[in-house]
Amino acid sequence: MTDSDSKDAVAGRTGGDDRLVVSMRGVSKIFSNGTLALSDMSLDVRRGEFLSLLGPSGCGKSTALRIIAGLGAPSSGTVAWPSSRINSRGLPEGDVGFVFQEPTLMPWQTVFGNVYLPLKLLGKSKAASRDRIMEALASVGLADFEKAYPRELSGGMKMRVSIARALVTQPKLLLMDEPFAALDEITRQKLNDDVLRLWRETGTTVIFVTHSVFESAFLSNRIVVMKARPGQVFTDLPIATSGSRDAHYRTSEEYRATTDLVSRALQDAIQHGGTA
Amino acid sequence: MSQTASTSEAGTDSAVAVIVPQTSGSERFLRIAVPVGMLVLAIAAWQIYVVTSGVPRYILPSPTDVATALWTDWGTLYPALLVTLRITFAALALALVGGVAMAILLVQSRWVELALFPFAVIMQVTPIVAIAPLLIIYTPDTQTALLICGFLVAFFPILSNMVAGLKSVDHNLLNLYDLYGATRWQQLLYLKIPASMPYFMAGLRIGGGLALIASVVAEFAAGSAGAGSGLAFRLLESQYRLNMPRLFAALLLLTATGVAIFAITSFISWLVLHRWHESAVKREN
Repeated sequence: MTDSDSKDAVAGRTGGDDRLVVSMRGVSKIFSNGTLALSDMSLDVRRGEFLSLLGPSGCGKSTALRIIAGLGAPSSGTVAWPSSRINSRGLPEGDVGFVFQEPTLMPWQTVFGNVYLPLKLLGKSKAASRDRIMEALASVGLADFEKAYPRELSGGMKMRVSIARALVTQPKLLLMDEPFAALDEITRQKLNDDVLRLWRETGTTVIFVTHSVFESAFLSNRIVVMKARPGQVFTDLPIATSGSRDAHYRTSEEYRATTDLVSRALQDAIQHGGTA
Repeated sequence: MSQTASTSEAGTDSAVAVIVPQTSGSERFLRIAVPVGMLVLAIAAWQIYVVTSGVPRYILPSPTDVATALWTDWGTLYPALLVTLRITFAALALALVGGVAMAILLVQSRWVELALFPFAVIMQVTPIVAIAPLLIIYTPDTQTALLICGFLVAFFPILSNMVAGLKSVDHNLLNLYDLYGATRWQQLLYLKIPASMPYFMAGLRIGGGLALIASVVAEFAAGSAGAGSGLAFRLLESQYRLNMPRLFAALLLLTATGVAIFAITSFISWLVLHRWHESAVKREN
């Protein structure tokens, strides 16, 4: 699917406005061991979108996410962050939140200290940051746990701290790299609900990497299906829902139809890609 | 450190209560009584053996002989103890500063590490005590030579542990610091140094023990004498004079010093790590 098609497909049908947050143009990434992880990938992400990158393992979806975050430059092609202030290193400054697959907390810091980190690195004092930290912790339901250490928390709670840390800078763009893959189904559903709520409340743009059809269909208003070998955009699906996405939606016919559509697209992507 | 684990949310990932296990009073008593009791029994057996077998005290003194020697010879032993303590702790302090500084320097660049690698290996594999006679010639006095020996021996465990620690940082955390545009200085101060603390503490405990061993062995090798000599010299001197009670008393002081160093370094390690590191967390199944 060409880039202009995807633009048309998105316009008007998603909650996003027309301002671009990220724009990838012909991005390729070759690792030092010779692996071609991404080949000529183009993607435009608009403000307010909830976009899922879905694909089989090895399709370069995590690599694409890291390039969008400014972690590792593309081998060729360009990435631009049109709505962000760009710092001296050519990267968006404090405008990107990242949630890794693991909670990636500093075990020697309390929950409060971990969420303070982004602000500390941006030179904000602890006293000046306190309100924002507590607000971020409250938004993930952990306001009572500011003094706890990560090892005292369950896996789901650690992930919430990680999300609070990503949100504390009030980023324009929230990047999530298979954040709930290691969690049990019940916890994952609960965190999916929370992420949707936070997306609605903050109006941030989310790019969510996952290999779960159901998760992507539940969360996104746009799903970009990728294929492997080489990693590329295979198809770009706008997902419109009539009602709100809640517990009821999980069992609705509309959701079933969406997952059916996305599953087929993923199957096609796997068949068109190299052997996984 | 009991964490109040109350939360309004429901679900499997909600509250995990960390309940501090309350050890019962009798168990706490036994925990101290058993090892102390065994020690007392062993000393009593030693006393009984010496008294009943009639072994001469210039071969094996009884515990009471040793205690008496410790009391009567305190005037000789105490200054020697101070000398040994001074050398040991000064060597350890130098090794800590040098080892940590060197480790930070080494991890800054792969080229620095490669350039200094041969020296590190040569210094590490050479038995340091073997250069004690050389040091005696090169240094103005014996004390300095002993200090250098202690420093060199304690330096490497601290250096190699610290290097391993500084390199063991979670890559995703490094990415996170990059994402927020952290300077190298911030990365070192807020991430690499805290992350390497468990390794540093292991190095500290090993280095503390080795600093004492080195200061004793180096004094044997250097053969210091007279005023300003440490416990090792008093040990040798007692041997020449067949003053076994005093030899045992000197040995006892060295043991006590070793135990004290172990206790202090373990306590520092606990103090720094107990809130967060697995090694210091009580495990329960």
